[in-house]
Amino acid sequence: MLHALTLILVCQLAGETTVLLTGLPVPGPVLGMLLLLAWLVLRGGIPQDVGRTADTLLAHLSLLFVPAGVGVMLHWERIQGQWPAILAALLLGTLITLAVTALTMLGVVRLLAVGARRWGTRRHD
Amino acid sequence: MTETSLTEIWVYLAASPLLWLTATLLCYLLADRLYRLAGANPLLNPVAVAVALLIGILIVTDTPYGVYFDGAQFVHFLLGPATVALAIPLYRQRARLATLALPIGLALLAGVLTASLSAIALAAWLGADVATQVSLAPKSVTAPVAMGISEKLGGIPSLTAVLVVSTGIVGAVLGTGVLRLLRIRDDAVRGIAMGATSHGIGTARAFQVSPAMGAFSGLAMALSAFLTALLLPSLLDWLGLVGH
Repeated sequence: MLHALTLILVCQLAGETTVLLTGLPVPGPVLGMLLLLAWLVLRGGIPQDVGRTADTLLAHLSLLFVPAGVGVMLHWERIQGQWPAILAALLLGTLITLAVTALTMLGVVRLLAVGARRWGTRRHD
Repeated sequence: MTETSLTEIWVYLAASPLLWLTATLLCYLLADRLYRLAGANPLLNPVAVAVALLIGILIVTDTPYGVYFDGAQFVHFLLGPATVALAIPLYRQRARLATLALPIGLALLAGVLTASLSAIALAAWLGADVATQVSLAPKSVTAPVAMGISEKLGGIPSLTAVLVVSTGIVGAVLGTGVLRLLRIRDDAVRGIAMGATSHGIGTARAFQVSPAMGAFSGLAMALSAFLTALLLPSLLDWLGLVGH
């Protein structure tokens, strides 16, 4: 548990430091995730305690967003003044994004499958 | 116990981070219990319920957000390590990931552009000011990343954090229903759409549907944070929203 947590923090620290030093537009924790992924690939597996610690952190992912959510208290006035715009962006924007992402992926998967089938039959001719 | 000693205890506790850290955990556990009792009904999203409970307590006790956050920051901090930890479910799905690289890449590109542009367009059309529009633009990205982007581009980071959490809740509440309406059953497609739209809160919901959907959602959350950080500065510059 302690080793695994340290490993995760070291990856995040390395990510944040790299971003500060190089000015990369990528956020530190995301770079840290890529570093940890690279380490797992090099190692060729997930050590048991790293897997367990990560699963524990991710099992309660929702909890971690609660403090930021309570911050809505700071913005009552702005939200009251612009609520139709904010509500529309939140509701419609989210539904549109869900649909566009899912349908794009489905479309590309089907195109690739059709392409592979054509390529396959042509080779059999 | 007398009135004075109760007040003294309150003054002591309210000044230490322990009280609001514990309150955050208790409210979340209560919200999570309610959610499970209701058969994991997405309408009773645990984040939304916990936030509502905490705001109620803060208003009743007349506690400012700054004092609350002194305690809650320890929970907020873990968003960073949790983002790093997404490497583990990703690694577990590496075989499917390799075969789906192109569809996932194109879907995330479409998702990231749609998330920002739809939010800006709808908000601008309904009369939101530029600061609100910029704060809304990274709303589909996980909180620490979105707040950083918002700050760099002239948004209000703490407002962005709230919009990020709200977007996550909307996606977690409506997401599985919308995907069912679209007749999408593949866990990879559902996970990618959920994570690209609703980051960690959507991913938490996806993990409850299946581990595979959760892993793809986590992947989408990580990669779309990366893509948004990369693309949003030029996109907002092109729209003329930077430097107001």
